[in-house]
Amino acid sequence: MPDLLLELLSEEIPARMQADAAAHLKKAVTDALVAKGCLYEGARVVVTPRRIALSVHGLPPASPDVKEERKGPRVGAPEAAIQGFLKSAGLASIDQAVIQSDPKKGDSYIAIIEKPGRPTPDVIAEIVPEVIRSFPWPKSMRWGAASTSTSSLRWVRPLQSILCTFGPETEEPAVVPFAVDGIASGDTTRGHRFMAPATIRARRMDDYLTSLDKAFVVADPEERKRRILADACNLCFAQGFELVEDEGLLNEVAGLVEWPVVLMGAFEESYLAIPDEVIRATIRANQKCFVVRDPKTGRLANRFVLTANIEASDGGKAIIAGNERVIRARLSDALYFWQTDQKALPDFEDKGKPLDQRMAKLRALNVVFHEKLGTQGERVDRIKALARHIAPLVGADPDLAERAAELAKADLMTEVVGEFPEVQGLMGRKYALLQGEHDSVAAAIEDHYKPQGPSDRVPTDKVAVAVALADKLDVLTGFWRIDEKPTGSKDPFALRRAALGVIRLLTDNGLKFPLGQIDGFSSDLLSFFHDRLKVLLRDQGQRHDLVDAVLASGEGNDDLLLVVRRVEALAALLGTEDGKNLLAGTKRAINILRIEEKKDGRAHDGAPDAALVETQGLPEEKALFSQLQLASAEARDQVAREDYAGAMKALAELRPAVDAFFDKVTVNADDPALRENRLRILGQLRAATATVADFSKIEG
Amino acid sequence: MSRPDLPPHMRPDRSFQGLILALQTFWADKGCVILQPYDMEVGAGTSHPGTMLRSLGPKPWNAAYVQPSRRPKDGRYGENPNRLQHYYQFQVILKPNPPNLQELYLGSLEAIGLDPKLHDIRFVEDDWENPTLGAWGLGWECWCDGMEVSQFTYFQQVAGIECAPVSGELTYGLERLACYLQNVESIMELNFNGRDGAEKVTYREVFLQAEQEYSRYNFEHADTSALFRRFAEAEAECRSLLGKGESGERHLMVQPAYDQCLKAGHAFNLLDARGVISVTERQSYILRVRELAKACGAAWLKTEAGGAQA
Repeated sequence: MPDLLLELLSEEIPARMQADAAAHLKKAVTDALVAKGCLYEGARVVVTPRRIALSVHGLPPASPDVKEERKGPRVGAPEAAIQGFLKSAGLASIDQAVIQSDPKKGDSYIAIIEKPGRPTPDVIAEIVPEVIRSFPWPKSMRWGAASTSTSSLRWVRPLQSILCTFGPETEEPAVVPFAVDGIASGDTTRGHRFMAPATIRARRMDDYLTSLDKAFVVADPEERKRRILADACNLCFAQGFELVEDEGLLNEVAGLVEWPVVLMGAFEESYLAIPDEVIRATIRANQKCFVVRDPKTGRLANRFVLTANIEASDGGKAIIAGNERVIRARLSDALYFWQTDQKALPDFEDKGKPLDQRMAKLRALNVVFHEKLGTQGERVDRIKALARHIAPLVGADPDLAERAAELAKADLMTEVVGEFPEVQGLMGRKYALLQGEHDSVAAAIEDHYKPQGPSDRVPTDKVAVAVALADKLDVLTGFWRIDEKPTGSKDPFALRRAALGVIRLLTDNGLKFPLGQIDGFSSDLLSFFHDRLKVLLRDQGQRHDLVDAVLASGEGNDDLLLVVRRVEALAALLGTEDGKNLLAGTKRAINILRIEEKKDGRAHDGAPDAALVETQGLPEEKALFSQLQLASAEARDQVAREDYAGAMKALAELRPAVDAFFDKVTVNADDPALRENRLRILGQLRAATATVADFSKIEG
Repeated sequence: MSRPDLPPHMRPDRSFQGLILALQTFWADKGCVILQPYDMEVGAGTSHPGTMLRSLGPKPWNAAYVQPSRRPKDGRYGENPNRLQHYYQFQVILKPNPPNLQELYLGSLEAIGLDPKLHDIRFVEDDWENPTLGAWGLGWECWCDGMEVSQFTYFQQVAGIECAPVSGELTYGLERLACYLQNVESIMELNFNGRDGAEKVTYREVFLQAEQEYSRYNFEHADTSALFRRFAEAEAECRSLLGKGESGERHLMVQPAYDQCLKAGHAFNLLDARGVISVTERQSYILRVRELAKACGAAWLKTEAGGAQA
């Protein structure tokens, strides 16, 4: 069975686009082949900065013949209908049609159109140019003389050549001839830009990969990654160091080279005065090099690992020296930024300590946070007030919380954060410690952005918690006030993440915190929180109906910790036999009540007549009545003490009495007074369980 | 290949001016018009009308030139080894881009002494955009041993107008490149004239004082109210000239109008360095300059050099 080999050689393709482009080429070509009836056995795609190559193997030599029947008019139909049929079916005369008899409808014409299969190369020559012309690059461009027309071919960077061959394993494959905007297909490619620029003929994928490897091109990205990682680890190990592994960087670096050559460079130890995170950010972002850890200290070593694209004639000396120069200059900048940030800020020298001066500048610049929510300075003032208000509620010192809030955004004005936004917060913490702030203030500066996502750490320092809550609640109440809420997939201000952050701050730290006490906390915002909470609990494996049941009971729903505890207690209760039966009994009571209350047009939630129970009640009725008094008092007490498990236990003890009641007592007694009283007993059961949840919302 | 017949003081790896001359010779040999710097303050070689206007319209155009670039905000009083508020770019513009532009570029690196068999030369994604000129293109930062030595761009749009044909633009950061070739750590250490001993002139001797003076001016003393006024005046005059130059199907005064656009751009850059433009205002100033650039670009297409038919 023949194979197709297709390679698109271009000027350097951005690293981040290579994987998607390869996947698209494979899917687009194979889908189109299948659509034309050319089934295949397998396909493989590889990609480098300069080429995407696809092999489709086990293709038929030709697409299959297709027979198509087309129904025509009945025999004897008007001439115009006959002519129209001949035209659409491509027949010369009606003699070429066959006549089909049908006992009910009579005879009619059928055209049998036979489409002979086509040689697969013809199919490929049709498919590939179309795939190239409609390739979905995230960004594409025109180039060269052809670009005099604004509709010339677009590609990610200039497309240089197309290799496209087809043939069986045992024979020399042939070029599939076609051209795309003047680029004609052929059977050659080129090796490494500098080490093997001559043309190479390639046949099938195996041969192609081997030939390229000889021409200093590792076409398979996974193989490049494997080589880079192995060589980098070995280089580090040989010197007694460890590579700081970095999957994202590895992917990027593998997309920047065709022939990876891993080398190690060094920088002056004095630069280790710069925080590790900043060294790493500098070397990673600007130089795409790995940093190296010294296992003895746990800190970075004064080494870095670079991946060159060439085996240089001097063994890489010039390359290492060049990279060291650049890294030295970058670290020199970083050191300068790090030191400058600790010094007085010109024009703001009289505004306190270094971070205070940066904050003063942030205020003075009147940087707008949001058109309708004022400046960054105004936002910081709101966070300060809110942090102060929240502090005692979460057990934090209000002065420390206010101080942390004042400095929380100051590092946005520092040189280091200006250069490397990813270290915001962290730098604030370091500078705060350097200027003698309280440890909790420093921790809060770093942690007030947290948690950023579901896997991020939740702050535990009380001051940090207060400021983190204030930061997020300010954003949420602010955007709710100006009515810019998330809709559908649009959440430009990451408000869902902020709400989830608040929930995790409160629940992970076991903080009772009624959100309703925050200024501007509307009921709509509360229901937004409830939605986020449902998502969170569902992700943790809780049943969504339990959350609904707890929320439906109404009380204290703005205290998310209590909601979570109630859900947990309810889930625990329903995990027991008593709980399941109590649920069944209670649901039965609620159903009866719903029906009877509808009939009577009034609720039966008054207190039952104790004397009536005593004089006329059945033993099971008396038992339930007296136990209900005890259990609901007990449950109420426990709820008041927020011991939901205790409340559940008290309720669970009702189970035998409830079961016996339904077993022996007829609720709808003939005596209206007795009926009314029995409904009221059920009403009491409903009320007792409602102290923790609305049982009618629970499924099953 | 660096030319072995050059006397030492002319060599691109020993002399800053030797580097400039080597690049000029290389590109002159490839058929470029060698222009001189534009006589106005601009932030980048792209702003030179030899690129900004000439990249528009159908007429072929190949040019190379040095352009002093003024970036008031980048001044560091001459204290940072790699940042200056005034530095040189070497600019090449080829319209349409020849199919072997990457090879030509690599040839120019060889011509200044960077052997691609010895160094790690890489094309790293960098999409170029100049919002004040309404221009963008796709291309790369060209790295030599981890250092960005050039910017390589295929212009797709200039002045908001689709390029037809596309130009290839190469920009060499001359000081940085020279530091690498001369193996010095600071721009100020560069040997400017390639001589030794008493005859040697360094970059420091030529430019340190200027860096200090202009940093003071840019950050501390530039008269902001005058600059705001100048911005408004240049904007008004640009519009007025564009209006007066209209002559039926043709335009007769594009380049003077474009000069005013450049003046407005520079006033904005100075105001930005003085820190008197807020984030929101910044956007609107950039937009105002872009509108001028777009109007100039549209007018250029109505001139002979812009390809308008007689």
